[in-house]
Amino acid sequence: MSEVAFLIGLGAASAAALLGAALPARLRVLCAGLLSSAACVCVLLAAGRVLVSGHAWNAHSSEVLPLTGVSLSLDPLSAVFVATAAAVGLAASCYTIGYSAHSTPSRAATALFPVFLASLFLVPAGASVATFMVAWELMALTSLLLLLSEHRRRKESQEAAQWYASMTHVGAAAILLGLLLLATHANGQTFVAMAAHRSRLPIVLRSVIFLLTLVGFASKAGAVPLHVWLPRAHPEAPSPVSALMSGAMVNLGIYGIIRVGEDLLGGGVLWWWLLVVAIGVISAFFGALHAAASTDLKRLLAYSTVDNMGLVLIGVGAAGSLAVGGERLLAALALLASLFHLVNHALFKGSLFLSAGAVQQATGTRDLDQLGGLARRLPLTAALFGLGALSVSALPGLNGFASEWLLLEALLHGFADHAGATVVSLLVGVAALAITGGLTAAAFVKALGVGFLGQPRTPGATSAREVAPSMLAGMGLLAAVCIVLGVAPGVLLPALRRATASGLAVGAPSPLRPGLGLDLASLNGAIEPALVVAGLLGALVLTWTLIRLLARRDELHQARSAEAWGCGRELQTARMEVTATSFAEPLRRVFVDVLRPDHDIEVTHVAESRFFPQAIRYQHRIDDGLERVLYRPVISAISAWGRLARRVPNGSVHRYLAFGLVALVIILVVLA
Amino acid sequence: MSPAASAAILAGAALKMRMPASLLQVAAIVVGGPLLVGLMAKCRARAEGRIGAPISQPLRDLRKLVRKERIHAEHSSAVLAVAPFVLVASATVAVAISPLVTTAPVLDGGADAFVVVYLLLMGSVALALGGLDPGTAFGGMGSSRAMTVGALAEPALLVAILALSIQAKTSNLPGIVKATLAHPGWLASPERLLALAALVVVVIAETGRIPVDNPSTHLELTMIHEAMVLEYAGPELALVTLGEAMRLGLLFGLVANLFFPWGIASSASLPQLSLAVVVLAAKAATIAVVIALIEVSTAKLRLFRIPELLAGGFVLAVLAVMTGLVTR
Repeated sequence: MSEVAFLIGLGAASAAALLGAALPARLRVLCAGLLSSAACVCVLLAAGRVLVSGHAWNAHSSEVLPLTGVSLSLDPLSAVFVATAAAVGLAASCYTIGYSAHSTPSRAATALFPVFLASLFLVPAGASVATFMVAWELMALTSLLLLLSEHRRRKESQEAAQWYASMTHVGAAAILLGLLLLATHANGQTFVAMAAHRSRLPIVLRSVIFLLTLVGFASKAGAVPLHVWLPRAHPEAPSPVSALMSGAMVNLGIYGIIRVGEDLLGGGVLWWWLLVVAIGVISAFFGALHAAASTDLKRLLAYSTVDNMGLVLIGVGAAGSLAVGGERLLAALALLASLFHLVNHALFKGSLFLSAGAVQQATGTRDLDQLGGLARRLPLTAALFGLGALSVSALPGLNGFASEWLLLEALLHGFADHAGATVVSLLVGVAALAITGGLTAAAFVKALGVGFLGQPRTPGATSAREVAPSMLAGMGLLAAVCIVLGVAPGVLLPALRRATASGLAVGAPSPLRPGLGLDLASLNGAIEPALVVAGLLGALVLTWTLIRLLARRDELHQARSAEAWGCGRELQTARMEVTATSFAEPLRRVFVDVLRPDHDIEVTHVAESRFFPQAIRYQHRIDDGLERVLYRPVISAISAWGRLARRVPNGSVHRYLAFGLVALVIILVVLA
Repeated sequence: MSPAASAAILAGAALKMRMPASLLQVAAIVVGGPLLVGLMAKCRARAEGRIGAPISQPLRDLRKLVRKERIHAEHSSAVLAVAPFVLVASATVAVAISPLVTTAPVLDGGADAFVVVYLLLMGSVALALGGLDPGTAFGGMGSSRAMTVGALAEPALLVAILALSIQAKTSNLPGIVKATLAHPGWLASPERLLALAALVVVVIAETGRIPVDNPSTHLELTMIHEAMVLEYAGPELALVTLGEAMRLGLLFGLVANLFFPWGIASSASLPQLSLAVVVLAAKAATIAVVIALIEVSTAKLRLFRIPELLAGGFVLAVLAVMTGLVTR
């Protein structure tokens, strides 16, 4: 049943791709959008059935790919990732209908979007090295082309694409190498054969394989220091694609780490997982800090993705190290918490990227310093962005809080483990979680307050109009799920528990009691978000009633509107408002050693006297410090090497003939 | 009857039993919070050689404000009007589920320390958004500073709570209080003392007292909280003031009960509850006097020295956790 629905979904996506390439402009956007949505619904049903029943399925066909054939399998762990991708995909497909109606994208862009979607479903479903790698490359290539689809209008997307292409291919090469190494020693390239063989491999070999695949998967998940492509590529892609990249594609890096580390290699040794925690801690802190300092709306969201993937990695690493230490219950709790956070992150980040796209379409910019006052002009978009922003800031009653709480509890109870290294890594993990919490709240208060409240700063922001209903439907869908999972996080527990059990090599007992809230039965801890929300609503009504009873009758109707206090100045203009740059200024100063901002002040004087400045130019930018330290030397070394190599072929035919001769001689010597 | 239905009825009965005690807590904090603010002002005045306003002055101010006219800044949206209500509502729920007067508040099982922390964050976020809403220079500056101080205080707060939670093996607030009651020896353990020091730093920062923020200043360059709420007037200003006073009362009460819980009511009987209210008032008043004396005897820190203070609090909290892990 489930496999049929999955295949129908893939078929619908292919049909969407074909129609997107074939139909005329107006029609193709609508058809491709509707068919992609249908594909997502089918796949969502397929994955949902696996999650509800807990029965995995396998399918193999030797006709599709030559030599190896295609092997697909959907177990609960894969199903979580497929379902998440399908949910974000459904919202994004719906959103494209209105988004693309504004400026019709090319045939290629319309046709590639469903293919990208299908590849996001195929990667977690791939059950052999060949299938997995083909799907992985399909995902990388389609997303790269989609990223480039607006390159004529935006020069920045070309540079972003270069970064993305090199990082994703280095990563794919590392994964391929690791998986091939595993396949040759396991005498089979299907995941089942490899998992059956895992205990016979020497630990050194397993560690090499884990490290190789970790490089590839961590770079896809945007983990520091392999994150440099992410804050460039995610903002530059068209918004539905950004939503899929941040909501679904980065997750697959996490999927790879769990699948290879736990399933194919059997959990391994402690230091693997301590390494994962360390990467997670650095990513979480670095991402949250840059998000707090960013002034570009989509770049802020991209850095927040780095932050959240860091939190997920902390959970995955904690689960792995607790499992190695034999704490099965705590390991299950940590993995469940990180999978839950991953799902929640996909939902609110998908919604946030879609709303950011709506802002960009309505105002023509995504620079927070040029927005403002959008809450009055785009009320629905502002409300949906606000929901996502409050969710990512982990306010109670929304889904971000539920999973962050679970993650905190998992780390807190993990201290019961007595292995020294694990405890230290948990402590560092908690500290990272605590630091990112406050920074994330600051970043999203900035995005919401500066971008949507106050007065508009530019004509573009002043004349903005609400976006198309299909776009609002896409954002609203994800926001609604955020609220449902925030109020009743327990509804997702059975599915996540099955995924955890199939993800952990040691097997997993159930850490939570079933119910609407979250209740850590034997570990003594619980939250009841539904009751907290009920209490909040009750308190709101009560306060409002009391104010009405106490206030003077004639003051109740309409509040008087008056000019804001301007310190005695008249004329408050939008230029006096706090900008995103100035909002982040105190935090930038506090963390100046990590952020290392560049300042540039240029003063031109009037010709007569240098005491009277004519114009003052102030420039300020924050680059990625790690990029400067780690990547620039590599890039300049490669280009120096390239310049050196260019001297060898100088255009002379004689020289080329000599090369041929030398090569022939070397081959003969080697073969002889 | 299905097990789910009977569980629901049992939960309903438990709620009914716990509700009066929680409402008593809310009432105590609604009245007690402003009184604590008044007490601190009085202490400061006396220490500075003035007579000062009566302790009940904040309550009278509230009564005056609530009857004044509602005025909104011209470019503001609904956020400005809603934020004070969210602040008061989040503080009310946080007070209702905290073990202040009774060890059995509503949501006994769900009264988690992290829920209270994030409810307080909800109030801070609402106020910061309210500060940005009118689109003025001051409001935004205040919001920016408040969020910065909050972002730096949050890690110290969470890790300090973690230190207590590891010792009590739960992050459930009534659970921590009950565990402390059962183990009086914890009071002198080094991790408790370190966590207490960290929490005091956080409380000073979160309630906006000297040396972090000066509640009685109106000098633009140094304001944090006052700049953020500059555009509020009338009933809405009353709500902001009340919400802030409730948060102060809650934090003082929590610090008192987490570290010195004796006197808290363990049953819902009227004499026990009324005794507990008196004891809580005495404990919170002691903390208020101590903090007021700190305020009088220190100068306000420069804005960019505050992070050093809060980082110190964070280090103390981390040390608390580490001491706990080493000595267990």
